[in-house]
Amino acid sequence: MSSDVMTIQKARTADRPWVESLHEWVTTVDHKRLGILYILYALVCLVIGGIEAIIIRVQLTRPHLDFVSPQVFNRMFTMHGTTMIFFVVMPVLFGFANYLVPLVIGARDMAFPRLNAFSFWLTALGGFLLYFSFLGGNGLYGAGSAPDVGWWAYAPLTSRAFSPGHSSDYWTIALMVSGFGSIGTAINIIATILCMRCPGMKLSRMPLLAWLYLIMAGMVILAISPLTAAQIMLSIDRYLGGHFFDTQAGGSATLWMHFFWIFGHPEVYVLVIPAFAFASEIIPVFSRKPIFGYPVMVGATVCIGFVSMSVWAHHMFTIGMNSYANSFFAITTMAVGVPTGIKIFNWLGTMWGGKIQFKTPMLFCTGFLFQFLIAGLTGIMLGAAPFNWQLSGSYFVVAHFHYVIVGGILFALFAAFYYWYPKITGRMLNESLGKLHFWLFLIGFHLTFDVMHIPGILGMPRRIYTYEPGRGWELWNLIATIGAFVQGIATVIFVMNLIVSYWKGQKAGNDPWDAWTLEWSVSSPPPAYNFASIPTVASRRPLWDQKHPEDPDSRYE
Amino acid sequence: MSTATSPVVQPAAGWTLPYRGKVAMACLIFAESAIFTIFVVAYLFYLGKSLTGPIPREVLEVPIFYSVCLLSSSLTLHFATKFLHGGKRGAFLGLWFFTIVLGALFLFGTAQEWHRLIYERGLTISTNLFGTTYYALVGLHGFHVIVGLLMLMIVLLFAFLGRVGPEQSARVEVLSMYWHFVDAVWVVVFTVVYVLGR
Repeated sequence: MSSDVMTIQKARTADRPWVESLHEWVTTVDHKRLGILYILYALVCLVIGGIEAIIIRVQLTRPHLDFVSPQVFNRMFTMHGTTMIFFVVMPVLFGFANYLVPLVIGARDMAFPRLNAFSFWLTALGGFLLYFSFLGGNGLYGAGSAPDVGWWAYAPLTSRAFSPGHSSDYWTIALMVSGFGSIGTAINIIATILCMRCPGMKLSRMPLLAWLYLIMAGMVILAISPLTAAQIMLSIDRYLGGHFFDTQAGGSATLWMHFFWIFGHPEVYVLVIPAFAFASEIIPVFSRKPIFGYPVMVGATVCIGFVSMSVWAHHMFTIGMNSYANSFFAITTMAVGVPTGIKIFNWLGTMWGGKIQFKTPMLFCTGFLFQFLIAGLTGIMLGAAPFNWQLSGSYFVVAHFHYVIVGGILFALFAAFYYWYPKITGRMLNESLGKLHFWLFLIGFHLTFDVMHIPGILGMPRRIYTYEPGRGWELWNLIATIGAFVQGIATVIFVMNLIVSYWKGQKAGNDPWDAWTLEWSVSSPPPAYNFASIPTVASRRPLWDQKHPEDPDSRYE
Repeated sequence: MSTATSPVVQPAAGWTLPYRGKVAMACLIFAESAIFTIFVVAYLFYLGKSLTGPIPREVLEVPIFYSVCLLSSSLTLHFATKFLHGGKRGAFLGLWFFTIVLGALFLFGTAQEWHRLIYERGLTISTNLFGTTYYALVGLHGFHVIVGLLMLMIVLLFAFLGRVGPEQSARVEVLSMYWHFVDAVWVVVFTVVYVLGR
């Protein structure tokens, strides 16, 4: 049935003028189209943010290089960080949420389709505003274009005295606007998961993807809001002459740090929990085993959600908090490692004894597991306050969080691309290009970020635009830059693969991976209404039940 | 597969899920609470840290009458939605309108207070830390009252046009959740600014 529907749709789209289909895409409220828009938007920003990263790395290749000026360097690392967090990872995760959540819970759309579109366009506007600062940031002051205050924008750098012109305002407004978009989408995800599940899809039968997105959305609501509040305060300071973060009038720069990191640390988990979600869907399918310890996985994620709300000040050990605060935040930071460790063991338990197929998605998931573990270990190191005093603000920290975000989150994201691309487009991604992408990216990643720990330990501070020769940092920086280029080439291969496979890829069919969740029961790409008749489920793996009526999961749950 | 597909979701028997409007509004309330928490924390953190006057004790007067107005508007709204649910249109319209009047009275009170503070006491948002945190916190709440009033007025407009009946009572209740939240926040703001902060 579904394939008939598809051909009818294809025929209709083929002979329409492009303006009409463009108009359809711009005004769409369909969760699948909005998901694709989110993902495409994030991919464009990924390329931009990647170019900024390359500029940073080129400048640091050798001591005393003059590739960019110090001012431009400051703008590059600020824009790189802001772009990657707010306009790459957040939108791409929301894109996958939009596309997948209604499909895996057997719904026809999100709970609020128009809110969904509104949230996407807010996010898009936010990114546009951020980059418009290159043109409009100068204001009347000739004071420099893009924001250059670092992605956490510590006071008093953002005060009028130190940041004339409008660059900081664009940064503030961009984050506020995209923050409203994020809150809107998060509300939508929660309402969808709680209120739109198909009959039989009890909470205890939901795919882990839906569970983890539910927790992620809850964290977005509690984490983005403080950031929005802090941005409102900053705007009051800059436009109405307020004194929130104005130390000369008794205001506190430390308060901004607290407010920023109350957002900033949960944000890391907001980003990584969907990565967990992808791993929890992909690893079982390619290990040919159901997920190991489903209830524990859910419990551990809820636990991470709670504990990660009270770890923020481990970013602030060096500002001189009292020893009670230091101990508290060191202990909570260690504690959050426990549920995370449980999850890693569960994924290993899923792989253990399975008939593992190392297709590209599984390769990326394996890389994710390994690298996320190491990232967690350096995280535990940095969570120990005395050790942190030594290394805070150094390249060790930069290496650590890139290990989390690139080695962990980005690898899981690549896995998700390879896994769900067939569902979204109807075509398989090229497997050999995929493997090439994986190995190149893996090598590039380890060249850059393994090595980057070392200049950190040797005392190289982050955010310096150049350095003196003879401190033992040259070789490591050179290797890191080479690695960055290897990653860049791998990313180009990935993008090529996305483009070429869209036309030339092998036809995917409904269920190319022999998977078990509901999205694979409909055609690829799914019809506009997703399910011709709303399915009813009786277990956590509805498609397994369908394919194996003689031995359904529902018998054991 | 089978024949024509209906785009309308047929709920299976015995399978009920919570109403999405209420869930979404609860989420929004959580988000708003987080925002207000940050502003309240900032207010408390900066209490007594202003380098120059005026200080709260010198200039703030407790707005008891207007607070009573706002809090009782929660009550009138509650009964208005009840009457809507019961199909009593006249009582619904009257109480709904009265709610708006009470909310507007509260805003008038805030406007009066700000006028007095600015023109008689010389306290503006840039005078000192107290001014900054006070206007930010009370202003943020006032902004929420304004948004709430606008939405209440939209419903009133539709109600006058005869478009709001008992079948909309679930939606109207979502809006009333928001209004109750705005009132509850005032209890916190009132306690922090006029009781603890003075």
